[in-house]
Amino acid sequence: MTAPNLQLRDVRKSFGPTEIIRGVTLDIAAGQRHALIGPNGAGKTTLFNLISGRFAVTSGEITLDGTRLDTLPPHRINRLGLSRSFQITSIFHRLSVLENLRCALLWSRGYRYSFWQTLTRQTALNEAAERLLEDINLTSRRDIQAGLLSYAEQRALEIGMTVAGNATAILLDEPTAGMSNTETEYAIAMIRRLTEGKTLLMVEHDMRVVFDLADTITVLVYGEVIASGPPAAIRANRTVQEAYLGAEAA
Amino acid sequence: MPWILMLLVAVILPWLFRDYTHGRDNGFMTAMFSQMGMMIIFALSYNMLMGEAGLLSFCHAVFFGFGGYCVAHFLNAIVVWVPLELLPLVGGVCGLALAMIFGAMATKQRTTAFAMITFGIGELAVTAAIMFQHFFGGESGITTDRQNASSLFGINYAHGLQVYYLVVAWTLVAALGMYYLRGTPLGRMANACRDNYERAQFVGYDPRMVRFLQFALSGLFAGIAGGLYCITYEIVTYDAVNAPLSGNALLMAFIGGVGSFSGPVIGAILITALQSGLSLMSNSWLVYVGLLFIAMVTFAPTGITGILHAHAPIVRNRRLAALAVPYGRLMLPILVVLVGFVFLVEMLSFVTIGAAEGKTIDIFGLTPDVYAPLPWVAMVAGTAIGIAWLRWEARRFFVVWDGLMTEIAPVAR
Repeated sequence: MTAPNLQLRDVRKSFGPTEIIRGVTLDIAAGQRHALIGPNGAGKTTLFNLISGRFAVTSGEITLDGTRLDTLPPHRINRLGLSRSFQITSIFHRLSVLENLRCALLWSRGYRYSFWQTLTRQTALNEAAERLLEDINLTSRRDIQAGLLSYAEQRALEIGMTVAGNATAILLDEPTAGMSNTETEYAIAMIRRLTEGKTLLMVEHDMRVVFDLADTITVLVYGEVIASGPPAAIRANRTVQEAYLGAEAA
Repeated sequence: MPWILMLLVAVILPWLFRDYTHGRDNGFMTAMFSQMGMMIIFALSYNMLMGEAGLLSFCHAVFFGFGGYCVAHFLNAIVVWVPLELLPLVGGVCGLALAMIFGAMATKQRTTAFAMITFGIGELAVTAAIMFQHFFGGESGITTDRQNASSLFGINYAHGLQVYYLVVAWTLVAALGMYYLRGTPLGRMANACRDNYERAQFVGYDPRMVRFLQFALSGLFAGIAGGLYCITYEIVTYDAVNAPLSGNALLMAFIGGVGSFSGPVIGAILITALQSGLSLMSNSWLVYVGLLFIAMVTFAPTGITGILHAHAPIVRNRRLAALAVPYGRLMLPILVVLVGFVFLVEMLSFVTIGAAEGKTIDIFGLTPDVYAPLPWVAMVAGTAIGIAWLRWEARRFFVVWDGLMTEIAPVAR
């Protein structure tokens, strides 16, 4: 299973008369860790919603290894191997932690809408869910309702669900938002481990995380890409400093 | 274990009410137990939507009734040989087929929009039942004779008890089937779509497809229940597709508890018993059932099983005895409120209906003078005092309850 490349060609999105994404062209190379940064309201999450199919694009093209995504509903995009997390935790809150992971594994393991197999008898599936549970370090919370987990635990579960289904392109929307320093460090290590060999695109506000994790950084301001390149180049970029980094660093 | 226990109870039950001196079965009780069986299937199939998939349907009786009508026509014009024992399955297949058609419409939406569509479907079915005389038989319905069909075991089903055991067998099969479905990928994804349909999309599932399949399968089981209804009563009228029956499904599932598998079973048994028992005792029995529903939804939205479940940690810690006195203290004001309220309802019912029918009033063996002010004043005051007293006791109860919960919380974790 090789990592795919993700391409955006002149992607635009308007809500009514307001154009939120104003012609974004972006190449995310296979196997790359790509960070998307930018001030609030720049359209980072909107871009995620366009790529993952949550919103329809107004114009432009999004392709995953050459396959058009922008005409497909979210579940079809997911089946092509693109998975995402949400800025606001999105889990199955009344199901147990293990059930959440198992649900995230089902489709990729070919169970589809089966109503003739018993989940408890699917040994390989359950072992995979248990392994994932260990990976995100929630083994001790296995049978607890996901809605009752702590915030950081829910974020970990969300990342676990996002990487569960053998997706080769992973989109993480502010995975460390609202976490303490130690929790952030832990989450970064986990993301690094779980997205090994996959194409990763993440929105992140924490600059330490961005410069620590990303191979390439793209800066989005008011729906437009103002710079894209390796961390060192972005750090040195004058426009970026003026538009964004300077204000934060000061 | 609970399955075997339930089956044993179901098998023994009619024999407890048998009149041994005359060697006769209690026909009323046997009929009520049969009704309970089909209502258990019906309520469980409703909960496949309500509890498992979070879909509030107002047209569930349509599939029940359609299953019943189909079996009636099947019995009247047997073309293909199907033994009576397997006829409920014919009802099920017809329920499934109709649920696939209507489900394709309704499951396009979820939440309120879904509920509204099902409401429309329910109205449509009732209108159709009155309009299309050939199929639905108008107001008089379709009558049939279950003895038209042959039996796999050479049973003639002339006897109510034989029909009852057929119902028991099918209730067991259907309940096992629905229990099995909960543990399958589809069943789990129905829960997932209920909790967060958007997340379900991003793990590869089409929530609409999940809803559709769940809806269709619940129609299958409702149709089985309808088939049993037809076999039991040998008549199907448009009451079987009508809105009150759909409402009953909601009532049974909700009062029993939509959060667990046993909830709708308990709800079906309780509501059927109330309908059969209370309706013999009082004209205004529906008032009591309605009030029970309001009280449950307001104060215990998790239903009876939800209340029982809340006690589980207390039982585990062997502290249930600590609640005995607080519960006892609650009973007294509850009794006062009930007596006061029952008197008010019955007196009112007597003044408006009963007196005109030339009946004499009799409430718990008492005959209050409904034209004098005293009984009214006394009962209004009694009810009001009872409510105030109950609220006061309830507060005390929850102090004890909360104390217990904090006491055992560390252990439960």
